[in-house]
Amino acid sequence: MSDAALLLITVSCSLVGGIVIFLLPEQQRGWRTAINLGAALIKILCLLLIVGAVLNGQVLSVRLPFLPGADLVLRADAMSLLFAILSALLWLVTTIYAIGYLEGAPHRRRFFGFFSLCVTATMGIALAGNLITFFLFYELLTLTTYPLVVHRGTPKALAAGRRYLAYTLVGGVVLLTGVLWLQQLLGSVDFSHGGVVSVLADSHRPALVAIFALLIGGVAVKAAVVPLHGWLPEAMVAPAPVSALLHAVAVVKAGAFGVVRICYDVFGIEYAASLGVLQPLAVMAGVTILWGSLRALVQSDLKRRLAYSTISQASYIILGVALFGPLATIGGLVHLVHQGIMKITLFFCAGNYAETLGIHAIDQLDGVGQRMPLTTVAFTIGALGMIGVPATAGFVSKWYLGQGALAADMGWVLWLLLASSLLNAAYFLPLLHRAWFRVQRQPWPEEHIPRRPGRETSLLLLLPPLVTALSVVMAGLWAGAPFSPLVWAQLITALEYRP
Amino acid sequence: MIRSDALLPILVMLPLSLALLLLLSGRWGRFLSLAGMVLTTALAALLLSHGGQPLHHAMGGWPAPLGIGLRADGLATLMVMMTALVCSAALIYGEYWFDGAKAEQGRQFRPLAWLLWAGVNALLLADDLFNLYVTLELLTLLAAGLAALMATQAALTAALRYLMVALIASTAFLLGVALLYGATGTLALELISIRVAANPQPVLVVAMALMVGGLALKAALFPLHGWLPPAHGGAAPPVSALLSALVVKASFYVVLRLWMGPLAPLTGGVGPVLGVLGGMAIVWGGWQALRQHNLKMVVAYSTVAQMGYLFLAFDLLQGAGYASALNGMVLQAVAHGLAKGAMFLAAGALVVAAGGYRVDQLQGMASRQPLAVTALAVAGISLAGMPPTAGFAGKWLLLQAAWLNGQWLWLAVMLAGSLLTASYLLKVVAVTFLPAPVAASVGCGQRLGGVALMLALLALLAGFAVMPMLQLLAPVATTGGWL
Amino acid sequence: MTSALGYAIAGALLVAMGLAAMLLHHHLVRRLIAFNIMGGGVFLVLLGLAPGHGEQADPVAQALILTGIVVAVAATGLALALARRLHQAGGDVRLDHPSSREDDDDQK
Repeated sequence: MSDAALLLITVSCSLVGGIVIFLLPEQQRGWRTAINLGAALIKILCLLLIVGAVLNGQVLSVRLPFLPGADLVLRADAMSLLFAILSALLWLVTTIYAIGYLEGAPHRRRFFGFFSLCVTATMGIALAGNLITFFLFYELLTLTTYPLVVHRGTPKALAAGRRYLAYTLVGGVVLLTGVLWLQQLLGSVDFSHGGVVSVLADSHRPALVAIFALLIGGVAVKAAVVPLHGWLPEAMVAPAPVSALLHAVAVVKAGAFGVVRICYDVFGIEYAASLGVLQPLAVMAGVTILWGSLRALVQSDLKRRLAYSTISQASYIILGVALFGPLATIGGLVHLVHQGIMKITLFFCAGNYAETLGIHAIDQLDGVGQRMPLTTVAFTIGALGMIGVPATAGFVSKWYLGQGALAADMGWVLWLLLASSLLNAAYFLPLLHRAWFRVQRQPWPEEHIPRRPGRETSLLLLLPPLVTALSVVMAGLWAGAPFSPLVWAQLITALEYRP
Repeated sequence: MIRSDALLPILVMLPLSLALLLLLSGRWGRFLSLAGMVLTTALAALLLSHGGQPLHHAMGGWPAPLGIGLRADGLATLMVMMTALVCSAALIYGEYWFDGAKAEQGRQFRPLAWLLWAGVNALLLADDLFNLYVTLELLTLLAAGLAALMATQAALTAALRYLMVALIASTAFLLGVALLYGATGTLALELISIRVAANPQPVLVVAMALMVGGLALKAALFPLHGWLPPAHGGAAPPVSALLSALVVKASFYVVLRLWMGPLAPLTGGVGPVLGVLGGMAIVWGGWQALRQHNLKMVVAYSTVAQMGYLFLAFDLLQGAGYASALNGMVLQAVAHGLAKGAMFLAAGALVVAAGGYRVDQLQGMASRQPLAVTALAVAGISLAGMPPTAGFAGKWLLLQAAWLNGQWLWLAVMLAGSLLTASYLLKVVAVTFLPAPVAASVGCGQRLGGVALMLALLALLAGFAVMPMLQLLAPVATTGGWL
Repeated sequence: MTSALGYAIAGALLVAMGLAAMLLHHHLVRRLIAFNIMGGGVFLVLLGLAPGHGEQADPVAQALILTGIVVAVAATGLALALARRLHQAGGDVRLDHPSSREDDDDQK
């Protein structure tokens, strides 16, 4: 199979799947499931084939004419694969979870249709080979996630959707302005290791600083960097699989990935450092990390607490980019994956609590460990990972970030990491305490799924968090194994810092 | 094998003769109309396959000045194709919409729509100033007739008000033609171009002001837009689609033709005026659309705003950004035609299903009328200039032109306009996700929404055919039309 | 002053009068009469400014004016038909609804 076909199939199989799902009648549950899983498996298979090629040192790419001086380019390099594989795998898991979660709910055709389109957009972002292609899929992601955010159709969901679009559309316009400007200076801006803007004369440096601000400002909205984070906690009204998708697979991750791409493959990290733009970025990330954690402390709703935790954790990735140096880069890139699997575990568990027992508030968690032990084990692993306990994925990320901070001679970052870990502990450990060590004081708010011997909730809801929790532990314990996220992040870093 | 320039008269005569046949035929009208649609669209595609090389045809072998000349270049070809798509969609939609109690109006709609198709094609292919006048006038009369089709008091009033305004505009245009003819002694656009360039007299500026002013009035350029929302918002949906997508676009097309050709040496001072008015139209039209509670008025005010983009672009049509601006304008015109047509058709389907015009009656439509809501959303994405639609390509090129010329204000206005567009469309689309009220359940199929969606998807797909379209335009962009 | 220029000036006057009447009156029939006066003025201008060749009249200008008259008659007919329908439908044939102020705001 040719490179072009492989890349196009990788991006479009979920698009075709989504369209077919829209055309199927609402009642065709079996076919819909088959198409969903089939498309996800095809996507993973294609990505594996691409991985094989990339490991042989190839860079696959396909170029389609689109606009004058701006082609559509899909390109698979090590960095795009990191994100692509993450989202493809998590999509599969989330789809399985969503099938269980939405059992019997209305409008499932619409939900799964847009779910597939959303993954198409994410895959496009991952495999985009230049800025205009990135922008195209980035906007597509905004549009395809909107129907998911407002899926419940309540006035509250609509308000959240309006807020979401207000933030992301303005972000899109800012990003577009940056893309347009850079396009005028450089012509087509293809991503490449080590950046492309260094060919410009020194007189363009002030313009480049402004462009950097526009581009990063555009993607920072989706990455929920403070003060552009307002949409994320509101969007929690969406069903749990959507939250999982927004936080771990697609939207926030797309924003963070955008920061990574722009810093490394447009500006080049060394050039960016010489422009002096990384320092402000690091401060922005630091503020976000602390602010998110502080806000998480005071939330009484479980999903809102998780949302603020995401705001905080996503900025670890940005921090890793902004701390100039290979170790920090490894930390940031690996956290892109680790934050994804940890946060998706937490959201799956929160969804299980809500769907099985009707638990939404934190003080309703008392004694839930007795009632739903397996879910709570998964939740515990995710939470410990977020805190950065050794033997979990979170520890690996924080270790490299800390090392990076030392190497970059930025001691304050070390304090920041420490403070943030303490805050993480402060808002996660009480949850674990309630779940495991307190006894149930009141009846469960709404018990949707009755207890059966040996099974605490439906199987489709239980398996996904267990699988992702297991991967959190594996990524922590076998961080040095071949094909682990860490090894992959090291490979990318070696490419970016190559002299 | 017929000569390829014979296509041009056929593209005018075929719709014209069909319109006349449809006046007579009763039961077979539907099939005749369908066959004609396929044939005319195929012919438009055939013209497209000529790759934008200019074709000339002298009707009946009579050369200018007495004969009627037809001419097609890449610009005209693209617009002919867009016209064919919009007209086909509106005609098919009309077959479904005018049923039952409205069958009588349906029988009148068919020939009128076909006459409109013939008129638009004739205007797009016209090669001299006087044909432009006659076809413009023809479109005005047809538009007034179509707007009055439902024969309600409101529709008749809106149609008459439109007609009065349009007649003043036509007279101004004709006066401009008279002055131009007096000064240059010819009506052939190509010859006028040469003579104006050789001898730009002051009287020509007056002629230009009269012509552009008249056309701007017909194209509903701010602040001359007051007639448009009631006329377009109050008509039957397939009629609104035709009026908004094609009739106002025709006036814009004539301005563009004159701007690039005969009037090119005189445009210096007028560009900024059109730019300012266009910019104000973008803001004012968008703001008004945001404030409307009637779905069709939202869409109608959106036309005012979108026409603003097309007129603002005249000020971008200069200097380093010339080619980008021209390409962007044409793409914007094509994209707006497809998207706005789709939007009016979708709005019509939603109004039927909801049993009312108000936006807040659209609750639950996302599940009851998914095709219409999707059409509305996709068309809206194109209008707001978001990728990967034709609307995005158009706006990207216009932004690029503004950048190349350093016209930062226009850049900001256009970007703000996109957000405004997204806001008023979001307001409408969001309501459809609310749960449906229990009482409301007007039986209505998906066919109307389906037709609208087809047209909306064309606006989406056109976003992937930008390069071939620009290839067609390349000769026009480099030579500025005639010279 | 040649007779041709006289035609043109008279035509311009007629156009101005017609336009003023069209803007000032609200009754449809009066407006239509005003429109026809305007049209007549334009035809005179066209005739007066046409590049004449001495005694010979300009055939192009004559063809144009003939067509223009046909168009004006058609427009008048349509407008009258619509006005009659409006009258039958119980509408007011004086278009002086407040929003029509915007219509009148055309170029001078």
